[in-house]
Amino acid sequence: MEEVYRGMWVVAYRELLRFIQERARLFSSFGMPLIFLIIFGAGFNRIIGNLTPGVNYIQFMYPGIIAMTVLMNSVFSGLSVVWDREFGFLREVLVAPLSRGGIVLGKAAGNAAIAIVQGFILLVLAPVVGVTLTARMVAEMLPVLIVLSLSLSGLGILVASRMRSQQGFQLVIQILIFPMIFLGGVFFPVNNVPTWLSVLSKIDPVTYGVDAIRQLFLGGSLASMSSPVGGNTAIGVTIFGHTMTMWQDIVVVAIFGAVLMIAGMMSFSRQE
Amino acid sequence: MTIIEVQELSKKFGQLVAVEKVTFQVDEGEIFGFLGPNGAGKTTTINMLCTLLRPSGGRAKVNGYDIVRQRSQVRHSIGLVFQDPTLDEYLSAEQNLRFHAYAYNVPKQSREKRIGEILELVELSDRRRSKVHTFSGGMKRRLEIARGLLHSPRVLFLDEPTLGLDPQTRRHIWDYIQALRKQEKLTIFLTTHYMDEAENCDRIAVIDRGRIVALDTPNKLKDGVGGDMVTLKAEDNETASAELKEKYHVTPIIQNGMINFTVPHGETFLPELMMRGFNTRLLAISVRRPTLDDVFLKLTGRAIREQEAGNMDMIRQMMMRRR
Repeated sequence: MEEVYRGMWVVAYRELLRFIQERARLFSSFGMPLIFLIIFGAGFNRIIGNLTPGVNYIQFMYPGIIAMTVLMNSVFSGLSVVWDREFGFLREVLVAPLSRGGIVLGKAAGNAAIAIVQGFILLVLAPVVGVTLTARMVAEMLPVLIVLSLSLSGLGILVASRMRSQQGFQLVIQILIFPMIFLGGVFFPVNNVPTWLSVLSKIDPVTYGVDAIRQLFLGGSLASMSSPVGGNTAIGVTIFGHTMTMWQDIVVVAIFGAVLMIAGMMSFSRQE
Repeated sequence: MTIIEVQELSKKFGQLVAVEKVTFQVDEGEIFGFLGPNGAGKTTTINMLCTLLRPSGGRAKVNGYDIVRQRSQVRHSIGLVFQDPTLDEYLSAEQNLRFHAYAYNVPKQSREKRIGEILELVELSDRRRSKVHTFSGGMKRRLEIARGLLHSPRVLFLDEPTLGLDPQTRRHIWDYIQALRKQEKLTIFLTTHYMDEAENCDRIAVIDRGRIVALDTPNKLKDGVGGDMVTLKAEDNETASAELKEKYHVTPIIQNGMINFTVPHGETFLPELMMRGFNTRLLAISVRRPTLDDVFLKLTGRAIREQEAGNMDMIRQMMMRRR
């Protein structure tokens, strides 16, 4: 047990150290989400108008963009595994008296922490897009982002455990990440789409992460909305007639995450 | 005292037998070398002893711990310098060492002192805050050796410690290894395919195609070749050759205009030659001790050089790398 704990914090410590020294990543990882926010926001905001009373398109998309940033940074934990393998450092880690599971958790925790910081940095845009933040919302965002980022780190590691080259990893991750973002309801509400798309969206863990952050941010506006069906069906996530609450979303993400993480650990331990 | 004990250790990769029933012991404080061409199974053996690979058969103990059942204890007992670099190039020398200290649970009180000492030992103190990617190949290797020693292991494994380094740096690395053995009372287990490097070992196991074909001190291995190598050049090689055969009972081989043969003792053969006289006029004569190259050639019928690895050896190498 001591080796799990030590493996986790030693590896996480190095991930953070690397991040601090590579300042470029701090900025580069915001690039894509911000481009989407600005261009899609400017492009669609007028045509689409309000999705529900009091929620315009940019306000709708903004929580999704935060989830997207967290997603992109979390899967980085996988890139870091592949990077270490390619540059040899992974052998130094693997031959140390550390548990394999601990190493995986450390990679996930280190990159999750970075992803969470990036997610919080995006909060500075809240006044610009017109979302009012309260201290309570910020505090509640922390557990949401922890669960989301750890889960997605598990995905990154699962993919990485099979990959020998960075190019290979990038390719697979691109193929996975874009559908996950688009299906995850970052850009459109997943309830009001054709059935096939709705089904795909609802098996995408990102959907629940996005929905949790969205409910957190827009909770006030959503509550004020009176829909004939009741609840926030217009922009929420409804499964079998049940509209997910924020905490239910978190539980779903956590379950997805636990499965991915355990699969990642097993795959990683077996490979080396 | 025996610190590494290996019994019939084997490793198969599918059909390929990389290491076949290897048995040997290494005593505490020894410099023990594994000599053989690329793909002979040296790295595979090291990887098994370091608990990175699970053996297909046989048993081995390092510092008294079983390499399969007591992996954690084995890992604490050993330091490792791999063939390929395993440093984090974007961290500083110091940060690399600190990571290692945390990973091996080096006690907090002695951690910084130990890092300082070890950097001093490999003469990198003045570069401790530099990022590793600014280091030369030799400096990186020194830092890796330092890191391997940081947690005060009982055995240091060096897999081709000087591969790809220039001769001067290689000699330097060897000076460190010798100094370390004295200072740290270490046992050193190394692999090499450089003959001159193997000379530094107390004992050498010659490994070829996964099997140990000889194991002894460098001098005894060379004695096994059958004495010293004499090279003669005469005005008439044919006559000289016949005379040598008749008078001195050696088996001369004429090669490239030179006569080559082995005698049990070169030092006593020359005076004998002078005393007893020689009818053919001699132009040149030289005597040399056999090298490990000669030993390897004698044992396996092949030279050790990489280029001469046959097709099968190339396939073996590729398969092992791919795992």
